[in-house]
Amino acid sequence: MSIILTEEQSMFREMVAKYLADNCSLETRQKTIASGSVWRPKVWRDFAELGILGAGFPEELGGFGGGTIEHMIVMEQLGGALALEPYLETAVIGGGFLRHADKALASELCNGISSGDARIAFAYAEPRGRYNLAAIETKARSQGGDFILDGHKAVVIGASCATHLIVTARTSGYDRDQDGISVFLAPIDLPGLRRRDYSMVDGHGASDLYFDQVRVPQAALIGPLDQGFPIVQQVVDSAIAAICAEAVGVMRRLLDDTVAYTKQRKQFGQPIANFQVLKHRMVDMLINVEEAISMTHMATLALAKSGAERSRAVSAAKVHVGKACRFVGQNAVQLHGAIGTTDELAVSHYFKRATVLENMFGSVDHHLTRFASIMSAASLPKEIA
Amino acid sequence: MSLDDVAQDGTFRAEVRRFLDEKFDPELRAMAARQGGLFAEPELVNRWWKILYDKGWITPAWPVEYGGTGWTPSQHRIFLVECAEAGTPILPGLGTKLCGPAIMRFGTPEQKEYFLPRLRSGEHTWCQGYSEPGAGSDLASLQTRAIRDGDDYIVNGSKIWTTNAHHANWIFLLVRTSTEGKPQTGISFLVAPLNLPGITVKPIKSMSGEHELNQVFFDNVRIPVANLIGRENDGWTVAKAVLEDERGAVSQSQRLEAAVLQTRNVSLYETADDGGSLAEDSAFKLKLAELQIDVMAIQWTDNRMAAESGISPSVAQALPNMQKLRASETRQRLNELRVEALGVYGAVDQRKGLGIEASEPPIGPDYGLTAMVEYLESRARTIFAGASEIQRNIIARAALGL
Repeated sequence: MSIILTEEQSMFREMVAKYLADNCSLETRQKTIASGSVWRPKVWRDFAELGILGAGFPEELGGFGGGTIEHMIVMEQLGGALALEPYLETAVIGGGFLRHADKALASELCNGISSGDARIAFAYAEPRGRYNLAAIETKARSQGGDFILDGHKAVVIGASCATHLIVTARTSGYDRDQDGISVFLAPIDLPGLRRRDYSMVDGHGASDLYFDQVRVPQAALIGPLDQGFPIVQQVVDSAIAAICAEAVGVMRRLLDDTVAYTKQRKQFGQPIANFQVLKHRMVDMLINVEEAISMTHMATLALAKSGAERSRAVSAAKVHVGKACRFVGQNAVQLHGAIGTTDELAVSHYFKRATVLENMFGSVDHHLTRFASIMSAASLPKEIA
Repeated sequence: MSLDDVAQDGTFRAEVRRFLDEKFDPELRAMAARQGGLFAEPELVNRWWKILYDKGWITPAWPVEYGGTGWTPSQHRIFLVECAEAGTPILPGLGTKLCGPAIMRFGTPEQKEYFLPRLRSGEHTWCQGYSEPGAGSDLASLQTRAIRDGDDYIVNGSKIWTTNAHHANWIFLLVRTSTEGKPQTGISFLVAPLNLPGITVKPIKSMSGEHELNQVFFDNVRIPVANLIGRENDGWTVAKAVLEDERGAVSQSQRLEAAVLQTRNVSLYETADDGGSLAEDSAFKLKLAELQIDVMAIQWTDNRMAAESGISPSVAQALPNMQKLRASETRQRLNELRVEALGVYGAVDQRKGLGIEASEPPIGPDYGLTAMVEYLESRARTIFAGASEIQRNIIARAALGL
């Protein structure tokens, strides 16, 4: 079993690849970042017009009927182009939550996403929560038909260019309980919400958010009250599969650049690619990339499955891809030599993105532990894959 | 993949399980549980071979016209996984997996008609004469000479690391028929019965205590020219095709799955330092989890290879090498962890408890009997069929143009 793209999906991939190659050079990316911005509004509008933003949405939400495979295609290409734009947050995560939202609200916002007018950021992490999605101290209490949010959300990627936030908050229970978690959708400019914007090491924008008696209406609740956690897990699993695909795009470029560089760089009177120790290192990088692709396929297909089976596959993929990000990224820099440590070549920028992806939504240790505990909770299934 | 396929697979799996329940009887199971070598002992091999042959499942991967089953890739996988989990004897596949396909591809109609049925029935059992004392990783430097004399070649030289030569009755071998040009161009591929005058087989004992390997000497051995497979001096082409098949055959990712289960089962019975189950020991648990994930990555790469999904042509060429490399290294780590799991009994010499004719019961728990011998045996996995370092050279050239 494996993913084989339909003719339509292959054409879609070619289209995305061509657009990115023609319009999203590393140079324009670095200029954008240097100017203090965290995204390119024109690129986003083009994404909307080309149908990229709606590609992974079901038709009833105003999309084109695609799903996880379309997300995989787009994310891998975005990785290859080192794009900054918040597709993950908006289409994958936002789209994932909106399936569970109030129908009218969902349909309106999905139209906004597809047209490029709405962008979403996902506020889940907290300063003391590490990678535990249930470690939520942010509180939402019910008051006169509304909810009042208080708390501090950490490292919210894309908040500074978002129009809407999806926020996890505790409506009952205690810290790290999986019960008592609810999910809310709110516009970004609510009174009482303070934002501290900053940059991630890879140039993406992020913010810490401080909620001080922020009032949202009843309709802002996504999914059932107190029982939002399974939705959070499901959406985060789909986000992990998507960033695995992005990592594949990033790592392919790191490998390609390294192979090309070592073929042209001469030392001791010959291309350094002639040296066996370098060849073998690049083979190990290749194996990491190929297995990352395999694991991305596995995780993407597993998104259709339920609970533990899905999470087990997704965590396995994240472990393998996380390790690959580190190995391929660090060795790409190493094999470039001194120039690899500067910001003059693409390699250091891709390396920094790989470093961020490695730990995004959980480090290797986090997912290895999660995988192992799913394995011991269930008796070992007949087939491991 | 449609739902129908899934249902069909379920039916097929049930059929395989029924077959194994019925034919892999307690006596055979008990014999198989005491096997420590790369291949099972001849008595067990012969019995299991006949059962598979009678069922029509001895060469499932062969083309149907030659006696294959025509299974889907997923059915092949199910068969292998079920066999691995039941612990069926490991049969030497040198004839059916390596020599047979080479004869199908390069043999004459007469050769096919003569050899293929005998390969399948087990009448001919095979060994592989490739390496020589002076030609290991650098296989093309081989020196065993074959000089044409009428309708025969006269062969002189020796082959080494010849697995199974002491149980086989036929050998396929690479010989030098010309010293002109590049080393690769003067090689020919011959097959010969091992009872020809002038052939002697000498045992080489492995560090595990098993006898798997041999050196085979050729002293003025007359091999008929009719036994040449492919063209004279074009044996390198045949040899490479066999090597590719061999890499596929030794990867055996399905056996990796079984090795994970085996290691996990040991850990369920073993006690950790704190008195709990070793399976719940935090350090052990994570090590096993990591290996399990490696096995998943190897299997999903197999899946991608079978479906030709998202693989560039240059990478496709190198994938069997990649899989051989990864499967052999992962298998070693699993065997290593199983020994580790056994704690104080891990390093006991169990030789007297191994084999059909075992003279003593296992020392320590039954499930620890084969762990060390398999660990020692598995050190060869990253050496035979092209050492890991050679695999990396090949992958660098084929996939990266290095």
